[in-house]
Amino acid sequence: MRIGVVTFPGTLDDRDAQRAVRLAGATPVSLWHAEKDLHDVDAVILPGGFSFGDYLRCGAIAAQALVMETIIDAAYGGLPVLGICNGFQILVEANLLPGGLIRNEHQHFICRDQKLIVENVDTAWTNQFTLGQEITIPLKNGEGGYIAKEETLKKLEGEGLIAFRYSEVNPNGSFNNIAGLRNSKGNVVGLMPHPEHAVEPGFGPDTDKAMRSGVDGLNFFTSVLNWMVKA
Amino acid sequence: MPKIIVEVMPKADLLDPAGKAVANSLQRQGHSAITNVRIGKRIELHYEEAPTPKQIEDAKEIAAYFLSNGVIEDVVSVSVEEL
Repeated sequence: MRIGVVTFPGTLDDRDAQRAVRLAGATPVSLWHAEKDLHDVDAVILPGGFSFGDYLRCGAIAAQALVMETIIDAAYGGLPVLGICNGFQILVEANLLPGGLIRNEHQHFICRDQKLIVENVDTAWTNQFTLGQEITIPLKNGEGGYIAKEETLKKLEGEGLIAFRYSEVNPNGSFNNIAGLRNSKGNVVGLMPHPEHAVEPGFGPDTDKAMRSGVDGLNFFTSVLNWMVKA
Repeated sequence: MPKIIVEVMPKADLLDPAGKAVANSLQRQGHSAITNVRIGKRIELHYEEAPTPKQIEDAKEIAAYFLSNGVIEDVVSVSVEEL
Protein backbone atom coordinates (compact mmCIF):
# COMPACT_ATOMS: atom_id res chain seq x y z
CA MET A 1 0.00 0.00 0.00
CA ARG A 2 1.56 3.27 -1.15
CA ILE A 3 0.47 6.58 0.32
CA GLY A 4 1.66 9.81 -1.28
CA VAL A 5 2.57 12.80 0.88
CA VAL A 6 2.73 16.09 -1.04
CA THR A 7 5.43 18.67 -0.34
CA PHE A 8 4.76 22.29 -1.33
CA PRO A 9 7.21 25.14 -0.71
CA GLY A 10 6.57 25.93 2.96
CA THR A 11 5.14 22.52 3.94
CA LEU A 12 6.27 21.53 7.46
CA ASP A 13 4.70 18.24 8.45
CA ASP A 14 5.42 16.07 5.41
CA ARG A 15 8.04 14.01 7.26
CA ASP A 16 5.74 13.47 10.24
CA ALA A 17 2.95 12.38 7.89
CA GLN A 18 5.34 9.94 6.19
CA ARG A 19 6.34 8.55 9.57
CA ALA A 20 2.67 8.07 10.50
CA VAL A 21 2.11 6.19 7.24
CA ARG A 22 5.09 3.95 8.01
CA LEU A 23 3.92 3.26 11.59
CA ALA A 24 0.50 2.29 10.22
CA GLY A 25 2.18 -0.32 8.01
CA ALA A 26 2.10 1.39 4.59
CA THR A 27 4.82 2.81 2.34
CA PRO A 28 5.10 6.60 2.17
CA VAL A 29 5.85 8.15 -1.23
CA SER A 30 7.09 11.74 -1.57
CA LEU A 31 5.09 13.79 -4.06
CA TRP A 32 6.26 17.20 -5.31
CA HIS A 33 3.95 20.14 -5.95
CA ALA A 34 5.38 20.90 -9.40
CA GLU A 35 4.94 17.35 -10.78
CA LYS A 36 1.65 16.04 -12.11
CA ASP A 37 2.57 12.39 -11.59
CA LEU A 38 1.16 10.69 -8.50
CA HIS A 39 3.51 7.68 -8.93
CA ASP A 40 0.69 5.11 -8.66
CA VAL A 41 -0.10 5.86 -5.02
CA ASP A 42 -3.24 4.39 -3.44
CA ALA A 43 -4.01 7.51 -1.36
CA VAL A 44 -2.71 11.05 -0.86
CA ILE A 45 -2.05 13.19 2.21
CA LEU A 46 -1.81 16.98 2.02
CA PRO A 47 0.20 17.77 5.16
CA GLY A 48 0.36 20.84 7.37
CA GLY A 49 2.56 23.88 7.13
CA PHE A 50 2.46 27.26 5.45
CA SER A 51 2.47 26.46 1.74
CA PHE A 52 3.64 29.43 -0.35
CA GLY A 53 3.97 31.44 2.85
CA ASP A 54 0.17 31.62 3.26
CA TYR A 55 0.33 34.38 0.62
CA LEU A 56 -3.00 35.56 -0.81
CA ARG A 57 -4.96 33.20 1.49
CA CYS A 58 -3.95 30.02 3.33
CA GLY A 59 -3.88 27.20 0.76
CA ALA A 60 -5.00 29.37 -2.18
CA ILE A 61 -1.78 29.18 -4.20
CA ALA A 62 -1.17 25.51 -3.37
CA ALA A 63 -4.69 24.69 -4.60
CA GLN A 64 -3.54 25.85 -8.07
CA ALA A 65 -0.28 23.82 -8.03
CA LEU A 66 0.36 21.34 -10.83
CA VAL A 67 0.09 18.27 -8.58
CA MET A 68 -3.35 19.43 -7.44
CA GLU A 69 -4.77 19.16 -10.96
CA THR A 70 -4.14 15.40 -10.83
CA ILE A 71 -5.22 15.08 -7.19
CA ILE A 72 -8.51 16.91 -7.78
CA ASP A 73 -9.37 14.66 -10.74
CA ALA A 74 -8.35 11.55 -8.79
CA ALA A 75 -10.35 12.66 -5.73
CA TYR A 76 -13.51 12.97 -7.86
CA GLY A 77 -12.72 9.45 -9.03
CA GLY A 78 -12.57 8.14 -5.44
CA LEU A 79 -8.88 8.36 -4.49
CA PRO A 80 -8.61 8.73 -0.69
CA VAL A 81 -7.27 12.21 0.16
CA LEU A 82 -6.58 13.49 3.68
CA GLY A 83 -5.90 17.20 4.27
CA ILE A 84 -4.36 18.11 7.61
CA CYS A 85 -4.34 21.76 8.78
CA ASN A 86 -2.87 23.62 5.78
CA GLY A 87 -3.90 20.54 3.78
CA PHE A 88 -7.51 21.12 4.91
CA GLN A 89 -7.21 24.76 3.83
CA ILE A 90 -5.92 23.57 0.44
CA LEU A 91 -8.88 21.15 0.04
CA VAL A 92 -11.28 24.00 0.79
CA GLU A 93 -9.54 26.37 -1.64
CA ALA A 94 -9.62 23.58 -4.26
CA ASN A 95 -13.40 23.27 -3.72
CA LEU A 96 -13.09 19.60 -2.72
CA LEU A 97 -14.66 20.57 0.60
CA PRO A 98 -17.00 23.57 1.16
CA GLY A 99 -16.62 26.71 3.28
CA GLY A 100 -13.59 28.70 4.35
CA LEU A 101 -11.00 29.00 7.12
CA ILE A 102 -10.27 32.39 8.67
CA ARG A 103 -8.07 33.82 11.41
CA ASN A 104 -8.83 32.38 14.85
CA GLU A 105 -11.57 34.34 16.62
CA HIS A 106 -9.18 35.29 19.48
CA GLN A 107 -6.58 36.40 16.89
CA HIS A 108 -3.75 34.30 18.34
CA PHE A 109 -1.89 31.24 17.09
CA ILE A 110 -2.94 28.31 19.26
CA CYS A 111 -1.13 25.08 20.08
CA ARG A 112 -2.80 22.56 22.38
CA ASP A 113 -3.79 18.94 22.76
CA GLN A 114 -7.36 19.09 21.50
CA LYS A 115 -10.28 16.80 22.28
CA LEU A 116 -12.45 15.92 19.29
CA ILE A 117 -15.63 13.94 18.82
CA VAL A 118 -15.67 11.57 15.86
CA GLU A 119 -18.91 12.47 14.06
CA ASN A 120 -18.69 10.15 11.08
CA VAL A 121 -16.98 6.79 10.60
CA ASP A 122 -18.06 6.02 7.02
CA THR A 123 -14.94 7.48 5.43
CA ALA A 124 -11.58 6.33 4.13
CA TRP A 125 -9.85 8.04 7.04
CA THR A 126 -12.17 7.46 10.03
CA ASN A 127 -13.51 3.90 9.71
CA GLN A 128 -11.33 2.55 12.53
CA PHE A 129 -12.98 4.89 15.07
CA THR A 130 -16.34 4.32 16.72
CA LEU A 131 -19.11 6.85 16.19
CA GLY A 132 -19.09 9.46 18.96
CA GLN A 133 -15.62 8.43 20.18
CA GLU A 134 -13.64 11.13 21.94
CA ILE A 135 -10.03 11.41 20.77
CA THR A 136 -7.16 13.77 21.62
CA ILE A 137 -4.65 14.99 19.02
CA PRO A 138 -2.55 18.16 18.77
CA LEU A 139 -3.95 21.33 17.22
CA LYS A 140 -1.70 24.16 16.05
CA ASN A 141 -2.93 26.95 13.82
CA GLY A 142 -3.48 30.66 13.38
CA GLU A 143 -6.22 30.47 10.77
CA GLY A 144 -8.42 27.57 11.77
CA GLY A 145 -11.79 29.25 12.22
CA TYR A 146 -14.22 27.32 10.03
CA ILE A 147 -16.95 29.38 8.41
CA ALA A 148 -19.58 28.62 5.81
CA LYS A 149 -22.82 30.04 4.50
CA GLU A 150 -25.99 29.13 6.38
CA GLU A 151 -27.21 26.85 3.57
CA THR A 152 -23.82 25.08 3.45
CA LEU A 153 -23.93 24.45 7.21
CA LYS A 154 -27.45 23.04 6.86
CA LYS A 155 -26.27 20.67 4.12
CA LEU A 156 -23.21 19.60 6.16
CA GLU A 157 -25.36 18.90 9.22
CA GLY A 158 -28.22 17.30 7.27
CA GLU A 159 -26.08 14.98 5.16
CA GLY A 160 -23.64 13.85 7.85
CA LEU A 161 -20.65 15.54 6.23
CA ILE A 162 -19.08 16.71 9.49
CA ALA A 163 -16.28 14.29 10.35
CA PHE A 164 -15.02 15.85 13.61
CA ARG A 165 -16.21 18.41 16.13
CA TYR A 166 -14.19 20.17 18.82
CA SER A 167 -15.05 18.88 22.29
CA GLU A 168 -15.02 20.92 25.55
CA VAL A 169 -13.16 23.89 23.97
CA ASN A 170 -13.81 25.54 20.62
CA PRO A 171 -10.23 26.70 20.05
CA ASN A 172 -10.74 29.05 17.10
CA GLY A 173 -14.37 30.11 16.84
CA SER A 174 -15.31 27.53 14.20
CA PHE A 175 -19.01 27.49 13.28
CA ASN A 176 -20.90 24.54 14.82
CA ASN A 177 -17.61 23.45 16.51
CA ILE A 178 -16.51 22.00 13.16
CA ALA A 179 -12.97 20.58 13.28
CA GLY A 180 -13.10 18.46 10.13
CA LEU A 181 -15.26 17.56 7.13
CA ARG A 182 -15.77 14.69 4.70
CA ASN A 183 -17.08 14.72 1.14
CA SER A 184 -20.20 12.80 0.16
CA LYS A 185 -18.23 9.76 -1.12
CA GLY A 186 -16.19 9.64 2.09
CA ASN A 187 -12.86 9.42 0.28
CA VAL A 188 -11.90 13.05 1.04
CA VAL A 189 -11.45 14.18 4.66
CA GLY A 190 -9.95 17.43 5.93
CA LEU A 191 -9.35 18.65 9.47
CA MET A 192 -7.43 21.35 11.30
CA PRO A 193 -5.88 19.20 14.11
CA HIS A 194 -2.88 16.95 13.46
CA PRO A 195 -3.35 13.17 13.69
CA GLU A 196 0.22 12.57 12.45
CA HIS A 197 1.55 14.02 15.73
CA ALA A 198 -0.22 11.36 17.80
CA VAL A 199 0.97 8.04 16.36
CA GLU A 200 3.82 6.80 18.54
CA PRO A 201 4.06 6.32 22.33
CA GLY A 202 6.49 8.84 23.79
CA PHE A 203 5.70 11.53 21.23
CA GLY A 204 1.93 12.05 21.46
CA PRO A 205 -0.41 13.98 23.75
CA ASP A 206 -0.53 13.16 27.48
CA THR A 207 -3.13 10.61 28.56
CA ASP A 208 -4.48 9.58 31.97
CA LYS A 209 -2.10 6.61 31.85
CA ALA A 210 1.21 8.23 30.94
CA MET A 211 2.81 11.37 29.60
CA ARG A 212 2.94 11.66 25.79
CA SER A 213 1.42 8.21 25.32
CA GLY A 214 -1.54 9.30 23.15
CA VAL A 215 -1.74 7.56 19.77
CA ASP A 216 -5.31 8.45 18.75
CA GLY A 217 -4.03 9.74 15.40
CA LEU A 218 -2.88 6.31 14.22
CA ASN A 219 -6.45 5.22 13.37
CA PHE A 220 -6.60 7.76 10.52
CA PHE A 221 -3.82 5.92 8.76
CA THR A 222 -4.96 2.37 9.55
CA SER A 223 -8.45 3.42 8.38
CA VAL A 224 -7.25 4.13 4.87
CA LEU A 225 -5.49 0.74 4.71
CA ASN A 226 -8.74 -0.95 5.75
CA TRP A 227 -10.70 1.14 3.19
CA MET A 228 -8.42 0.03 0.37
CA VAL A 229 -8.54 -3.62 1.35
CA LYS A 230 -12.33 -3.44 1.14
CA ALA A 231 -12.40 -1.38 -2.07
CA MET B 1 2.78 50.83 -17.07
CA PRO B 2 -0.87 49.87 -17.71
CA LYS B 3 -2.43 48.12 -14.74
CA ILE B 4 -5.61 46.44 -13.69
CA ILE B 5 -6.36 47.13 -10.04
CA VAL B 6 -8.32 44.51 -8.11
CA GLU B 7 -9.69 45.46 -4.69
CA VAL B 8 -10.78 42.75 -2.28
CA MET B 9 -12.41 43.31 1.12
CA PRO B 10 -13.35 40.91 3.90
CA LYS B 11 -17.12 40.40 3.97
CA ALA B 12 -18.93 43.04 6.00
CA ASP B 13 -20.33 40.57 8.53
CA LEU B 14 -16.93 38.94 9.20
CA LEU B 15 -14.59 39.87 12.00
CA ASP B 16 -11.61 41.80 10.61
CA PRO B 17 -8.99 41.52 13.38
CA ALA B 18 -6.44 43.78 11.66
CA GLY B 19 -9.03 46.52 11.09
CA LYS B 20 -10.23 46.22 14.68
CA ALA B 21 -6.69 46.59 16.06
CA VAL B 22 -6.12 49.72 13.95
CA ALA B 23 -9.50 51.15 15.00
CA ASN B 24 -8.65 50.60 18.68
CA SER B 25 -5.30 52.35 18.22
CA LEU B 26 -6.96 55.32 16.48
CA GLN B 27 -9.38 55.62 19.40
CA ARG B 28 -6.42 55.74 21.80
CA GLN B 29 -4.78 58.38 19.61
CA GLY B 30 -7.84 60.58 20.07
CA HIS B 31 -9.45 60.17 16.62
CA SER B 32 -12.84 59.63 18.16
CA ALA B 33 -14.78 60.45 14.98
CA ILE B 34 -13.55 57.23 13.33
CA THR B 35 -15.99 54.53 14.38
CA ASN B 36 -14.58 51.53 12.50
CA VAL B 37 -11.70 50.45 10.25
CA ARG B 38 -11.68 47.63 7.74
CA ILE B 39 -8.59 46.45 5.91
CA GLY B 40 -8.67 44.79 2.51
CA LYS B 41 -6.26 44.15 -0.34
CA ARG B 42 -5.28 46.06 -3.45
CA ILE B 43 -3.77 43.78 -6.09
CA GLU B 44 -2.13 45.22 -9.20
CA LEU B 45 -1.92 43.23 -12.44
CA HIS B 46 0.69 44.77 -14.73
CA TYR B 47 0.60 44.68 -18.54
CA GLU B 48 3.00 45.67 -21.30
CA GLU B 49 0.21 47.46 -23.16
CA ALA B 50 -3.26 48.72 -22.27
CA PRO B 51 -5.32 45.59 -21.47
CA THR B 52 -7.80 44.47 -24.11
CA PRO B 53 -11.50 43.95 -23.27
CA LYS B 54 -10.75 40.19 -23.23
CA GLN B 55 -7.90 40.71 -20.75
CA ILE B 56 -10.17 42.83 -18.55
CA GLU B 57 -12.78 40.04 -18.61
CA ASP B 58 -10.03 37.52 -17.74
CA ALA B 59 -8.92 39.74 -14.85
CA LYS B 60 -12.48 39.76 -13.47
CA GLU B 61 -12.54 35.97 -13.63
CA ILE B 62 -9.11 35.73 -11.95
CA ALA B 63 -10.33 38.10 -9.24
CA ALA B 64 -13.38 35.92 -8.61
CA TYR B 65 -11.81 32.44 -8.52
CA PHE B 66 -8.24 33.08 -7.34
CA LEU B 67 -7.61 36.55 -5.91
CA SER B 68 -10.66 36.27 -3.62
CA ASN B 69 -12.58 33.56 -1.82
CA GLY B 70 -16.31 34.22 -2.07
CA VAL B 71 -16.98 32.61 1.31
CA ILE B 72 -14.75 35.11 3.10
CA GLU B 73 -14.28 38.11 0.80
CA ASP B 74 -15.93 40.34 -1.80
CA VAL B 75 -14.28 41.72 -4.92
CA VAL B 76 -15.08 45.41 -4.56
CA SER B 77 -13.70 46.57 -7.90
CA VAL B 78 -11.71 45.55 -10.97
CA SER B 79 -10.57 48.67 -12.78
CA VAL B 80 -8.04 49.70 -15.42
CA GLU B 81 -5.53 52.31 -14.38
CA GLU B 82 -4.56 54.48 -17.35
CA LEU B 83 -1.37 56.48 -17.09
